[in-house]
Amino acid sequence: MKKTMIMFGLAATGLLALGAQAQASTLEDVRDAGQLRCGVSNGLPGFSQPDSDGNWTGLDVDTCRAVAAAVLGDANAVEFIPLTAAERFTALQSGEIDVLSRNTTWTTTRDASLGLNFTGTNYYDGQGFLVKEALGVDSAYDLDGAAVCTQAGTTTELNLADFFRANDMEYEAVVFDTSEASAQGFDNNRCDILTSDTSQLAALRTQLSDPDSAVILPEVISKEPLGPVVRQGDDEWFNVVKWVLFGQINAEEYGVDSTNVDEMVDSNNPNVERILGADGNMGEILGLNDDFMVEVISEIGNYGEMFDRNVGPDTPIGLSRGVNALWTDGGILYAPPFR
Amino acid sequence: MATHQPLPDQPPPISQRGWLRWLREHLFSTWYNSVLTVVIGYWLISTFVPLINWAFIQAVFTGDGADACNPDGACWVFVEQRLGFFIYGFYPAEFRWRPNLVFALFALSVVPQFLPLPTTIRKWLAIFGITGLPLAAYFLIAGGHFGLESVPTSRWGGLMLTLILAYVGILAALPIGILLALGRRSEMPVIRGICVVFIEFWRAVPLITILFMASVMLPLFLPDGVTFDKLLRALVGITLFQSAYMAEVVRGGLQAIPRGQYEAAEALGLGYWRRMQLIILPQALKIVIPGIANTVISLFKDTTLVLIIGLFDLLGAVKSTLSDPAWSNVMAEGYLFVAFCFWVFCFGMSRYSHRLEKQLETGHRN
Amino acid sequence: MTTDPRPLRPGRPKPWNDPRVRSVVFQILAIAGVAWVGYTLFHNTVSNMESRGISTGFGFLNETAGFGIIMSLIPYNETMSYGQTFLVGLMNTLLVSGLGILLATIVGFVVGIARLSSNWLVAKVALAYIEVFRNIPLLLQIFFWYFAVLGALPGPRQAVNVGDIAFMSNRGIVLPKPVFEPGAWVMGTGLVIALATIVVLAIWARRRQAATGRIFPVLPIAVVLIPGLPLLGYLLTGGPVSWDVPSLGGFNFRGGITAIPELGALLLALTLYTASFIAEIVRSGIVSVDKGQTEAALALGLPARRVLRLVVIPQALRVIIPPLTSQYLNLTKNSSLAVAIGYPDLVNVFMGTTLNQTGQAVEIVAMTMAVYLTISLAISVLMNLYNRAVALKER
Repeated sequence: MKKTMIMFGLAATGLLALGAQAQASTLEDVRDAGQLRCGVSNGLPGFSQPDSDGNWTGLDVDTCRAVAAAVLGDANAVEFIPLTAAERFTALQSGEIDVLSRNTTWTTTRDASLGLNFTGTNYYDGQGFLVKEALGVDSAYDLDGAAVCTQAGTTTELNLADFFRANDMEYEAVVFDTSEASAQGFDNNRCDILTSDTSQLAALRTQLSDPDSAVILPEVISKEPLGPVVRQGDDEWFNVVKWVLFGQINAEEYGVDSTNVDEMVDSNNPNVERILGADGNMGEILGLNDDFMVEVISEIGNYGEMFDRNVGPDTPIGLSRGVNALWTDGGILYAPPFR
Repeated sequence: MATHQPLPDQPPPISQRGWLRWLREHLFSTWYNSVLTVVIGYWLISTFVPLINWAFIQAVFTGDGADACNPDGACWVFVEQRLGFFIYGFYPAEFRWRPNLVFALFALSVVPQFLPLPTTIRKWLAIFGITGLPLAAYFLIAGGHFGLESVPTSRWGGLMLTLILAYVGILAALPIGILLALGRRSEMPVIRGICVVFIEFWRAVPLITILFMASVMLPLFLPDGVTFDKLLRALVGITLFQSAYMAEVVRGGLQAIPRGQYEAAEALGLGYWRRMQLIILPQALKIVIPGIANTVISLFKDTTLVLIIGLFDLLGAVKSTLSDPAWSNVMAEGYLFVAFCFWVFCFGMSRYSHRLEKQLETGHRN
Repeated sequence: MTTDPRPLRPGRPKPWNDPRVRSVVFQILAIAGVAWVGYTLFHNTVSNMESRGISTGFGFLNETAGFGIIMSLIPYNETMSYGQTFLVGLMNTLLVSGLGILLATIVGFVVGIARLSSNWLVAKVALAYIEVFRNIPLLLQIFFWYFAVLGALPGPRQAVNVGDIAFMSNRGIVLPKPVFEPGAWVMGTGLVIALATIVVLAIWARRRQAATGRIFPVLPIAVVLIPGLPLLGYLLTGGPVSWDVPSLGGFNFRGGITAIPELGALLLALTLYTASFIAEIVRSGIVSVDKGQTEAALALGLPARRVLRLVVIPQALRVIIPPLTSQYLNLTKNSSLAVAIGYPDLVNVFMGTTLNQTGQAVEIVAMTMAVYLTISLAISVLMNLYNRAVALKER
């Protein structure tokens, strides 16, 4: 039996040896590996969706690509790791991924008690309801007695219960383990309403057999700021991820986009010069190249381009900017200045 | 004087020969058998005629997209168009020759087992199948060595992933299961106790909770900063789970060996491991071939559960494309395709185990 | 005479060659190894949970859950505690496993016997059923029944209407619900009396048969008595039961009892899958009974159907019970696949939603596994008792 024990020991050691020992500095790790490991949703059109060749597209995906462009100078140096809602936080905590960009709502509990840091918001969202047009419902307050499809393991389930209880209505929760399955249940008429973040609803609506048969109700019952997440305790990396997104928002504000970035480098606007690294050492103090934003903008574009390409009005998702417009356009996107 | 010439035999009455007799004996022997035959026959015809019509006659097999399909027939175009994804998942198209090569090597080591070739050739091919093949498969599919570009496991998927999970699971579970079975029959109470607890624990809990632990909780059990691949974690879970079942199957075989065999082996002065290796296990494993085959088949089917932890195996790959807006309603076709694939593999394996059982039958059993 | 200087018995072997010493050393090593692994895991877990600020302990069980569950056998709403969600999930798991075991046994026995039918068509259909259903993954079968078959049922407004009292739609089957009014206890008492009578009668009949060989027909009496006495009570007390008949209101049916389609799909898949294994077990059990037994029974003048019931099946059961037990265990564990289609079983509700809301993975997974361990042990113990009862009695 000694051999048994030895073999178990060897097997265990072998397993441990296969694991990669993460270093203290995520930035170093990413540079050494030559690629960024990014946790994304396992399939949500407009945010992170693989085509059949495994090429990922979406807003959350581009958020990661932008970080890769800033750190490695190559927007394609990303390994996308699809995660379920239940796995996402442990995957980040254990170091399996470097950034989590998986429409994750920023809440107190998650920020404070899970050992995570939210670096910002790449989409301001809120929970809404999708209903079949044939039901003739035009307000969420008329939903008493409805069967509601929702995804397990999200804040959605709790908001739903709160909303119905606060308005003294009854409901029947049909809970699925993925957003895709909940949309399928809604499509099969298992339930009358599908509830999720409105952006997700817009995305899931495109997957219905007849997308035009369903409408999103006007009521939004919660605040859901979605954004990238990193591990707590690595401020250098936290800053990098944070400022790449701020850089993209600032770039939009100052009119820098992927078509004009090469000319804008020679701009006389001191704000633009600082963003693109023509003046100052913004990149250096973040641990990056000074022209890191040039790389980001030319490969991914500014925030507006990223938004329009993935979820904007001309895509099947068809979201308008709404509150996600710049503060100068009446929205709430307001990035701190490069200075 | 004319000799007595017997008349030639009369043929039996029409109801006692040929297909009529067969019908009488097998379908209409008593009144209730007749009723049963008619009812079941009616049910079969009313179910399967439309089904065959839908699946084959009205069906469209090739085309460019959903438009080519016939609303009254199955749309196999969907399967044809997405076959690459179903087989390889997100594996980069330009590297697909690598898994193809592995499939070919796999076929090379498995198919000859069914052919009438000399035993030595079959033996060596089988040995290659359990030693060289996994190594070759790892280097080819994962890449990263010998100038092959590395392909991360998050891009593996489809039938390829199903086969990898099943094959590695089986190769790892069998030896661990044998050791556990020997441990459970050990004379040392501590070893026996550990093995009993281990086996009973894994057999009592559902695989899905184990996979969940492997995917979500395992990082909690490891030292800070140590991680390993999600696929590997799922494999560890599947292997431990199946090794417990394997152990029980092997134990059945060990118990069936008469005491005399143990005593005779001991009398020859063989040590424990040589006794097991040379005398007991060859006999015990032969007895439990059907049991091992059943465990292998159930492991193969259980690999579908990895879709719950977000890996795209064959079922996961098909399921994820079912919601594609480009294809209106291909759910039945998708599920039938997966069902057919699994059925072929599982049925094939159970036939093979029957064959192997007969081949190894040496007539000593009483 | 010279004495041989060599001792008659060989001396003790060197300690490292002594099997007893070796065995003790191995066992100590094994204990040390297990203890080391256990300690390392425990230590890692505790330090990881501490460094990640994950709270510990079972206090969360008293906190308010705040989410709804579609189906519950015990009173539940979202203001109740996480502890209650555990019980709701547990009850739902037990319900689907219990019903599944019952149905799979029935279907399995029927198909297993059909497999041996003298009718060629029946035997082949049974064979085809077995070979198809047991070679296709259960998860796939669950998806198939849920999405492709039950999903194709009409919506609640176009529901299949059975006499305006029961409805079948893709929201499930809605049946009228009995509402017991005062006086209903008479019916309950009637049922209890009927059951008690049948039990006493059955025991007496068996004793009499053992003593005299005469058979007393208990079954027809039971068929009359068990529904009969409560019905008598119902009529005597003037009908103290009213029916809450479902009706279409708003989005859905209101009132009545609803059997949700998730339960239906899961039950259908579990039953058909497990029954295909049970059928094979039953078949091989029946085949294992020596032909001489049947012939001897027929020679004694027993009619054919009594031969099956009194001679063949009791002997076949000895072969059938052990593998049947593991099928029951498998079915119970497989019921956890409910999570894939959203039936609120223990794994879905407690290890899914509750875990995600509280984040206390270790406690919740431990509780869930403990439940399955307990169920497994309970089924094993019951089956072992039964096995002992039907085992060959050497006289």
